[in-house]
Amino acid sequence: MAVMTLVQAVRDALAFEMERNPALVLLGEDIGQNGGVFRATEGLWERFGPERVLDTPLAESGIVGMAIGMALAGLRPVAEIEFADFIYPAFDQIVSEMSKLRYRSAGQFPAPVVLRAPSGGGIKGGIYHSQSPEAYFVHTAGLVVVIPSTPADARGLLLSAMRSPDPVIFFEPKALYRTVKGEVPEGDHPVPLGTARIVREGKDLSLLTYGAMVPVASLAAAEAEAEGIGVEVIDMRTLWPLDIEAVTGSVAKTGRAVVLHEAPKSCGFGAELAALIQEKVFLHLKAPVARVAGFDTPFPYALEKLYLPDPGLVLDSIRFTVNF
Amino acid sequence: MEGNPGEELHGTEAVLELPLLVALREDHSIDPSLDPGLSQEDLLFLYSSMQRLRALDEKAIALQRSGRIGFYTPSFGQEAAEIGAGFALREGDWIFPSYRDHGMALMRGYPLEALVGQLFGNRSDATRGRQMPNHWCDRSVRVVSVSSPVATQLPQAVGAAYAVKLRGEKAAVIVGFGDGGSSTEAFHAAMNFAGVYGAPVVFFCCNNQYAISVPFSKQTASSSVAVKAVAYGFPGVRVDGNDLLAVHHVVREALEKARAGGGPTLVEAVTYRMGPHSTSDDPTRYRTEEEVASWAKRDPILRFARHLMARGILDEAEADRIAAEAREEINRVVKECEGAPPVPPESMVEDVYAELPWHLAEQRKLLAGKGD
Repeated sequence: MAVMTLVQAVRDALAFEMERNPALVLLGEDIGQNGGVFRATEGLWERFGPERVLDTPLAESGIVGMAIGMALAGLRPVAEIEFADFIYPAFDQIVSEMSKLRYRSAGQFPAPVVLRAPSGGGIKGGIYHSQSPEAYFVHTAGLVVVIPSTPADARGLLLSAMRSPDPVIFFEPKALYRTVKGEVPEGDHPVPLGTARIVREGKDLSLLTYGAMVPVASLAAAEAEAEGIGVEVIDMRTLWPLDIEAVTGSVAKTGRAVVLHEAPKSCGFGAELAALIQEKVFLHLKAPVARVAGFDTPFPYALEKLYLPDPGLVLDSIRFTVNF
Repeated sequence: MEGNPGEELHGTEAVLELPLLVALREDHSIDPSLDPGLSQEDLLFLYSSMQRLRALDEKAIALQRSGRIGFYTPSFGQEAAEIGAGFALREGDWIFPSYRDHGMALMRGYPLEALVGQLFGNRSDATRGRQMPNHWCDRSVRVVSVSSPVATQLPQAVGAAYAVKLRGEKAAVIVGFGDGGSSTEAFHAAMNFAGVYGAPVVFFCCNNQYAISVPFSKQTASSSVAVKAVAYGFPGVRVDGNDLLAVHHVVREALEKARAGGGPTLVEAVTYRMGPHSTSDDPTRYRTEEEVASWAKRDPILRFARHLMARGILDEAEADRIAAEAREEINRVVKECEGAPPVPPESMVEDVYAELPWHLAEQRKLLAGKGD
């Protein structure tokens, strides 16, 4: 076990897999000599050479298009989108191509690309360095969408993503890059995709969340505990295809659910969770499923702290749901 | 005002025009500097291949008009470009085609049966009826899946070319697109990336003068598509797209250069789309009969036939026999494919992911018993 930050764990996973798999290549803006704007690829250019760690021209559609072609021809590309906010020029390649190639070729041309992108707020990044665009990709058939919240999960999930036969969008909550540290197992320890993690157990309410909201959820759960409310915090980890049994199992037990994310509320991933809960465990519910999320606005710069859900807001929702 | 900056800017403008390479002359002889020096057998094979492509397009249009297939994008008038380029490909080379590059794919070894099966979208379609006609693929011959969004295949071709180069394979990638595709962001990104990485890729643009209805003059202010390569730091070549031997010569050289590590080339085959964009389009709305008639005189099949006849390789009777044989072959394959049963309903949810996830397993239940 080594203690790492989340960004170190990402780098460690990339290095581990590059060593293990000679077909693995990295590409993106500033990822080579500069080691990435968040230093996620620091040292890899020196270690594995410019043929396997490619600094690219500034064009996300080119980066993702090129990564798809690499994958079609047998490489395992991991492309970095510098910020999730800049993924939209590549939307056509992701939504029209990467996600649909397996389907439209009836399995002949899968495109197992991993797209890494720092996402979410909390770093005073304003509109264009703070977005959480995961719902767009969850809505697109053929993509796997992953968001880790701990260093161990970041490493283990990224290892699995780099071996997945399906394309994976791997959002890294940049607010957690250096603010969380944790023990990370060394060696080959992939964390399976499609499995949620119970962060803490509780009997009264299920708090379903992911990414940078996991620590917020844990703080709220600790405060609720002091009030005698047992909150089960579940880190979804893989948003799609999601771990349905973890969701239904927990809510069937507690009878109450709050879903939490920092992305805008309406048509967000929480809406899908809420819908699934009422479809599958309606008769267990003692209260409506509550949503705590970002505002339905562009991400604000000056009002960032008010925009992001905080433990107090989550606790209010927990209390409301328990006392419904 | 002293020194008008606008005038200064105008003073730096230069119009760069690339010559059009033509091998087959008006008198049906060939320019020796562009003669690929093919054997008599190859020349006749190429002639038959053009006839086969035309027969396929004619049959497919008839199938669509009679409601037996849903859609088609013919390549009437572009046979020389497609067959000439396709014949330059070797085993190991990749094609990233557009929906009008079926001629090129057939030359790479994509089976006619597979192509026709795809038109019907039934169990004779290896891609299980997933896409509308003209959107085929075959991994065994490295013919990549066709997409409808225009030019998305271009940056992908650069990625595949990079993979080929990284592994040290002596292979190249060709990517097909049209004049419309040259306006897309994907074209710019792909050309730029290919130049930066020296990728072994040939950008093969069939400039057929129209992107559905929009003429080339409204697509770009450049003097050609080929000239755009200059800005990306690699060569562009403009070739007569109705001249099979000139196209073949140019594409073969570009592919050989790519395989030898010489980097990318943009080849613009200047041609004309004699038919509609697709079966959903009426070209009389946007172009004149005179214009079409002037290009009909340059019909690529007729032009190649005259050259072969001038060389004593082909005569009228043999040309007729080849055309009839092509039609027979197409009819036979259509008959084989059309009768196949429909794709099973449950296949709808397969191949979305490598393994069927729980939510699609649930949705599959809705399809049980829905087959005829």
